[in-house]
Order: sequence, then C-alpha cells, then structure tokens
Amino acid sequence: MEDHARTYGLDFYPTIFEVVDCDQLNEIAAYGGFPTRYPHWRFGMEYEQLSKGYAYGLQKIYELVINNDPCYAYLMRSNGITDQKLVMAHVYGHCDFFKNNNWFSQTNRKMMDEMANHGNRIRRYMDRFGVEEVEQLIDACLSIEDLIDIHSPFIRRDDEPPRYEFKQADDAEPLPVPGRFASKSYLDAYINPPAALAAEAELRRKEKEREEHFPNRPARDVMKFVRDYAPLKPWQTDVLSMIRDEAYYFAPQAQTKIMNEGWASYWHSTIMTRQGLEPADVINYADHHSGTMASSPTRLNPYKLGIELLRDIEDRWNRGRFGKDYDECDDMQARRNWDTAAGLGRQKIFEVRRIYNDLMFIDEFLTIDFCRQYKLFSFGYQEDTDTYNIESREFPKIKERLLYNLTNIGRPRIVVRDGNYKNRGELFLEHQHSGVDLQIGYARDTLANLYRLWTRPVHIETQLEGKTTTFSFDGSEHNTEAAK
Amino acid sequence: MVLNIDHDHRRFREIVRGKVRENLRKYITHGEMIGRKGKDLVSIPIPQLDVPRFRYGKNGSGGVGQGEGNEGDPIASGGEQGDGKGEAGSDPGTHILEVDVSLEELAAILGEELELPRIEPKGKATIQQEKTKYDSIRRTGPESLRHRKRTYFHALRRQIASGSYNPQEPLIVPIPDDKRYRAWSTIEKPEANAAIIYMMDVSGSMTDEQKEIVRTEAFWLDTWLSSQYDGIDVRYIIHDAVAREVDEETFYHTRESGGTRISSAYKVAKELIRREFNPAEWNVYCFQFSDGDNWGEDNAQSLALLADELLPAVNLFCYGQVESPYGSGEYIRAIQGRFGDDHEKLVLSEIESKEGIFDSIKLFLGKGK
Repeated sequence: MEDHARTYGLDFYPTIFEVVDCDQLNEIAAYGGFPTRYPHWRFGMEYEQLSKGYAYGLQKIYELVINNDPCYAYLMRSNGITDQKLVMAHVYGHCDFFKNNNWFSQTNRKMMDEMANHGNRIRRYMDRFGVEEVEQLIDACLSIEDLIDIHSPFIRRDDEPPRYEFKQADDAEPLPVPGRFASKSYLDAYINPPAALAAEAELRRKEKEREEHFPNRPARDVMKFVRDYAPLKPWQTDVLSMIRDEAYYFAPQAQTKIMNEGWASYWHSTIMTRQGLEPADVINYADHHSGTMASSPTRLNPYKLGIELLRDIEDRWNRGRFGKDYDECDDMQARRNWDTAAGLGRQKIFEVRRIYNDLMFIDEFLTIDFCRQYKLFSFGYQEDTDTYNIESREFPKIKERLLYNLTNIGRPRIVVRDGNYKNRGELFLEHQHSGVDLQIGYARDTLANLYRLWTRPVHIETQLEGKTTTFSFDGSEHNTEAAK
Repeated sequence: MVLNIDHDHRRFREIVRGKVRENLRKYITHGEMIGRKGKDLVSIPIPQLDVPRFRYGKNGSGGVGQGEGNEGDPIASGGEQGDGKGEAGSDPGTHILEVDVSLEELAAILGEELELPRIEPKGKATIQQEKTKYDSIRRTGPESLRHRKRTYFHALRRQIASGSYNPQEPLIVPIPDDKRYRAWSTIEKPEANAAIIYMMDVSGSMTDEQKEIVRTEAFWLDTWLSSQYDGIDVRYIIHDAVAREVDEETFYHTRESGGTRISSAYKVAKELIRREFNPAEWNVYCFQFSDGDNWGEDNAQSLALLADELLPAVNLFCYGQVESPYGSGEYIRAIQGRFGDDHEKLVLSEIESKEGIFDSIKLFLGKGK
C-alpha cells in the first residue's frame, strides 16, 4: 500500500501502524488519538459512549490517524483483510494531507511527545494540588477552548498589548473643539452648527475612550488574553497554556474535515480499485466503501462531499472546464460537450490539497451543477413545529448555508472587548452576532466557568431576538440586561 | 501502552453519581423515573454534563443535507438532532446526556443521601432459591446456545487429525459430532424474602394529584426495599367502604365514590399475610396511604385490627397521610392517640405535597426495619 501511495505522488512522514483490539481503539479514540493524554473525566464519558455505540452496533471505528512525525495509525484487529487494506490506503491519504496541507504547517509534529508531557505535568499538579482542584481548572479552561484565533499561527495580529497604561496627565487635558471654521460671529451658527460640533466632539471623546481601552483592539484569542491577564498561579497558567496548545493543534483538523476525509477517500478508492483489490475482496470493499459514503438528509457526509468535489475538480480540469472562456460560455450545448483535453486534473487536486481549507474549498469549487447532481439542499430549524425543514434547493442559499456553518469552524465568534470594564478589572466579551443567537443556558454556564479563571465579574454582549443583550456573572448571580 | 481510561471512566461514573445525588430530591419529587421499572437500568437525563461553551442556539440553526424532498418538507424533529459533533459544523443539536444507572446503584445513592440504615432481614437463609448459571459446555443443546468457537475448534481438530484439513483451502465444516453447546447448572442460593403490601383509599376525596404522590413514593420504596432483599413480592389493596386486592394498574387508576372504611383494607391485608406471607419467613412491609378520612365509628375497629393482627406480623407499618382539599385528615390523630408517637414498628408521615415525598421516605425507611 505504501508503495502504491508513493507511486501516485503521495508524500508523507514515516507511518507506523499499530493493530489494537476494539476496547483499546475506543480508548485511544476517546483520548482524541493520544493514549498518553492527561487524565480527565470527559475522556471517560467519551469512552463510555464509544463503547456503548460499538456494543449496540451503532458505530464502529475503523481507523485512527495522528498528525505527527512519524504518523501513527491504529487499526482494529477484528477487521478483515479487505478492510485493513482499504483503511491503510485511506490512512496514507490522511498522512499526505497532514504533511502537505498548508493549514497544518504550523502544527506541532511531535505532538505525541508533547501530549505525554502535558499528561505528566498535569498528573504532577494533581498530586500536588488535588485531583478535584486541577480537574475543575481544566473544566474551566475547556469552556473557552473554542475561543482561540485560528488564523493567528499565520498572522501577527499585534505586539504584546500594554497592560494598564492610564495617561493621568491626558485626562485633565480639555478636549479641543475640533473642526471649527473661521467665521464672522453672525454667521457662526450656520458655518459651525452647534449640533454638528457637539456630535464631532462626542465622536472624538469616544475615540479617545477606545484608545484607553484595554485591549485597544478587540482580542480574538480569548484564551491567550485570559492566560496573560487573569490572576492565575503559575501552575494554572501552565495548565491553561497546555490546553490552548492542544486547541491550536486540533483546530486545523476541524477546519479541513471535508477536504481531509475527501482526500483520504479519494486515495483509498483510487488505490483499491486499481491495485489493492483481489477478486475475493470486491464485495467487502464495496460494502465498506458505500457505508462510508452513505449520506442522510440531516447530515452532510464530509467523506462523500469531499470525494465527490475532488473528483468533480479533477474532471473539470481534465477537460478544461474552467477559466474565462468556459465561465462566459452560455451555450448549453457547447458547455455540455466542453473538452479541451487539458488533462490538468491530477495536478489541480494536488494543488487544492496544499492550499485550501474547507471554507475556501467550498467557496471556490462548489458549483451549481454539483449541487444539482448531488441533490443538496439547505435546511433550518422551524420553531413552531420543532422540526428541521428543507429550506431551499437554490444554489446561492445552499452555498451560503454551508459557508456559514464552516466559518470559524461553525462556532460563534467572540472577542474580548474590554479587560478593564467599568475601570474595575471586569472582563467584557462581545459576541459578533451573525444571525444566530447563542444558546442561553450554555452561555450562562460558560460565563460561570470563565469567572473561575478571571475571578472578577464577566460579561458577554450578544443579540437576543434582535435586541442587544448583555449577560453577566458576578460570582454568585447571573444577570441579563437587554437594551431598550 | 499504559491504559488510563479505567481511571477516567471511573471518575466519570463518580461525577455522574454525584450529579444524581445532587438532583435526587428533584428526581424523587418529579417522579421522572416512574414507569421505567422492570428494567435493570434506568436512563437518567443529566443536564449538561458536557463542558459548557458558547454555542449557537437552536433557533435559526440549520445545515446542508442531501437527498430527495421538496422545500418545506420536514426532515427531522427538533429533538432528534442529538449528536452535535462538528461534522463540517453542519449539525445542529442540543445535548442532554442520558446516563444509565442501575436500579441497584440508584438505591445505593438513595440510601446514602437519605442516610437510610441497612435492613437486617429476618428469616435469613431459611429459604433457598434456585438460580441458573451458564458455566459449562455440553454436546447437546438447542442451536441458539451453540458455542461457535468451540464448535469450530473441535471441527478443526477433527479435520487435522483425520488429515482432511488443507491449509491452502482452510475450509472447516462441522459435523453434528463437533457441535458444542453452552450449558447451565443450577445453584441454590439462600434468600431472604420480603413482601410489600400497599393499601390506598380510593374514595372520591383522593384525587389524581394525591395518587401521583403515592405512585412516586411507592416507586422509591420499592427501589430501596428491592435492594435490601433478594426477592420481593408487591401486592396492592384498594378500599372505600369495602376492600379488595388488585393489580398495580388498577391500584393507581381506580376511583370510587362512597364512604371510607379503613378496617376493610386491614382485614384483606390480614388475610393476605395469613394466607401467603408467614411472618416467620417473610419480611412484610405495609404502606397505607389515605387522606385521613374514615367513618367515625370504624376507627375503633381499625385500630384494634392494627394493634392485634397487623403490627405483630409486619416488620414495619407505615401510614402516609396525603393532604387533600376534601379530606379531614383525622385518622392520623386517631392512630397517634392509640399508639403514641414512638412505636417500634409504626411510622406516621404527613405528606403535604410532592415536595414532602423526600422527607416522608426518609421517615418511613429511617428505622432500618
């Protein structure tokens, strides 16, 4: 399988396969692929769900691949030989993707060791400070695990912001009245209308206020902000940092789910159907492959969407169905028969796997023809009937919905607006509302967990049914304040 | 490879247990578990055992799907979208964790939380019960019990021994002689038996609300007592002016009009004990629920029956008076007048509302009888 993969031009770190039984596989999966991870109850919960799902025959994990150098892959011992071949081909697809996709370029390739380190450090803290104490801290940190800046590995947002820099002298300085034009006194009221002057003065005041805010620009990496400025003990800062590092390590996997699975599926099917299959394997292969590709009305299968889109791209670039001429051609007949024999397909999909993430991938390559062919639709929640209904089969709507769900990995965008709110060291977050409200119960609990880190009142401003609303937690009470 | 999952799994179960304990009063009061009896496990919804995060609410959520259907067609109900694990971020979903807790464990939690003393059964080891256990292999048996691995193994051995095994074409065909079946043996287990007799007034003044309280309380009494005994027999008696033994369904759903004669129920209970539950061998528990109405002249007879016939025969006699807008609530005072407040086998409890169930259970079972 490795040789086949290499002849196709796949390029990966050395890959180590370990064959494990289903209990072990469930365990490793519960730990997100890292058997040496730090102890935490949620892994136990995950394990219970996985093993129950397996026991009742609802789900089965075939394989698990870890982005690491060397790559680790776990195979289930009880799988038949056909399955193992398929899975190995699939694994090499993932390994190639991990190594070459740009979004993974900043991830730690020694994560196996790093995770073991984290595990040891956290275990040591548990010995010193007590299991519950450390566990509660981890709970709190996990609550804000999503609040990282997934693009920050690639962009330098700003230098270390100043902490509390209050310009005492400036406060006393009267604000100059701006924009006053010279005029005769009897014309003054018209040339310099008092209302306009007042409005401008107010604007300047606000601007100045914003400059004095901390941070002076909204901070997207809430975790980092909390790490830098919350009154944490050194060991707590260490735990928070570890969890943040892990969040950054896992982020690209969430960002490229469709592409990564599509890429691996593309290669398993290519390798298996051309080289891997013995006649005796065909039925098993077909069964497994179609199982993986199954789609349901409520869940777009990333394997299916990914592989079909890649094949679509390959086909289009093979036949030259791209570029100005093709896009501008409005003769249906000509479009249908368009074939320049460009033969660029393979080359193109390799390029795609290097550069794109899911969001860009869908934005660039999802076409109206594709939506039609695969019968895609968008659906939404209907409050009055408590059902999810098909909303639309129109291309722009489907694409919009898909892109929306992929933006910021489908999580609300939340920034720190003020770390010294009301000049009392309170933390003020802002949810950059984009059409969907937060779930209030979760938001409250999250605030309570955040409070444990920040130890001063915490707030989040969001929109609730169209109204600007601020949720607050001051350590004992929740408070909701809606703008009038 | 060092396996840590046992530790984390145990920790998770501990937290679940803690959550159940924390919310026990709520579960008891709301009667959420009722009707799930009979299984070994109850699923308990635990709110948000997952890590809370800022996330989108249901309203306005949605995604992209694939398949047939027209615009406007429903494709899933709001509650079904359980799994919200970021499949391309397109899965909407809310998350309430359902955890399985065995009734046994639930009873243990109940016992700890209410600080219930363990019951020391009488008649211990006098009764043997037969239990079966699959612990051996036979050459005959029903096909459903066939032990595939052993059968295969014997077939393989036979084929190798007889030289008909071909490694190039490893086809194993068992003949009847190869077949092996799981088999059981019978073991005798000492057993302490207990019987619960529920009595309830079903006259017009007991409304559905009162019965709901009785039903909820009975579930927890059953759960605890079942955990203390190997075998338990539950009987139901309803009465207005006359009494009869009924099944569980009838017990909770009968509503009669007419008067109330508590002595009639006592008589049926007395007969039942005499006929089926020899006090020397059985641990008998009586729970009587009423809104406290009784025909005035019947009190003397009731109390006499209680004192002479029932109390000597039972481990515990519990009277729960459920407050009702129609009942006079007199009966409990009549009992108090006759037996005083501190009787070894008699427990009285006034249950004002659902909130009172928790304390009532503690009162009833707190004696450890």
